[in-house]
Amino acid sequence: MDTINDFISKFSEQFEMTDPSEFTPETHFKDLEDWDSLVALSIIGMVHNTYNVKLIGGDIRSAITVNDVYNMVVSKI
Amino acid sequence: MKYNPFSLQEKKILITGASSGIGKATAIECSRMGAKIIITGRNKLRLEETYQSLEGNGHSMMIADFEQENDITLLVEKQPDLDGIVHCAGVVTTKLFSFINRNELKAIMDTNFISPVVLTQALLEKKKIKKGSSIIFISSIMGPKVSSVGNSMYSSTKSAIEGMAKGMALDLSGKRIRVNCICPGMVDTGIISNGAISEEQLYKDAKENYPLKRYGSPEEVAYAAIYLLSDASNWVTGSSLTIDGGYTIK
Repeated sequence: MDTINDFISKFSEQFEMTDPSEFTPETHFKDLEDWDSLVALSIIGMVHNTYNVKLIGGDIRSAITVNDVYNMVVSKI
Repeated sequence: MKYNPFSLQEKKILITGASSGIGKATAIECSRMGAKIIITGRNKLRLEETYQSLEGNGHSMMIADFEQENDITLLVEKQPDLDGIVHCAGVVTTKLFSFINRNELKAIMDTNFISPVVLTQALLEKKKIKKGSSIIFISSIMGPKVSSVGNSMYSSTKSAIEGMAKGMALDLSGKRIRVNCICPGMVDTGIISNGAISEEQLYKDAKENYPLKRYGSPEEVAYAAIYLLSDASNWVTGSSLTIDGGYTIK
């Protein structure tokens, strides 16, 4: 399993507008300007392909920070 | 004798994917129209539930996994001469195109397209499909008419089945075997509610995108199957019946 920083790197790639350098573990990713349902599906796809973990819409909805998503992925490995 | 052009009295009909959703509703509704139903599915418990819900007598059930060639052979051998087949077995895999891979594409294409086609061919080869019978594929508006985010793979399987149905309709017309598709919009079954989208989002989607302001019920698709299985549709082949609450007219 990746470190939080490697995870953030892959996570941030799913956002078209926000610069990767702006992402921290505490980032409230759903408040970002380019957040939408397509980005949510991209994160689900990235997590599935990279970590073989299946997140669902409900998981993304209940997460607030990038760290929340990271912890969810770790718990499902 | 009551006049009923949609009667399925004494017709023997094979229904796949009958453990749940559209397949289950189709089996039950066809039994209520007098048909003798053979149901098949992978889930023993749920298939038995469907079986217990069938009206009348003379029905049978068989567990089969169409990815196993052996299961197909056994299923085919056990069939009586059929008056109709309704292919309801299918899966949905939602994934953005950028993330799909060959294996996932092959898997969904196999379940939704290859398996029903191969099963039908095997039944024909063993002469289990009578002249004048009716073959139905449950397709979708996804693919043949529209698509939606994350559903490119699913859409492709349904477009494939529609193309195949038209070709089959021509090839089998000599035997008066009719081949048609039903294209449902979003129907309330378990296939979609496996967590990808929230309840409120689904409710909002129904209100905003469906002129009739709701999703369909599995029974409403089953009624279309009854029409296509009955003698009332003896002049209907190669067609695609859209059951979508008006979604595709907007």
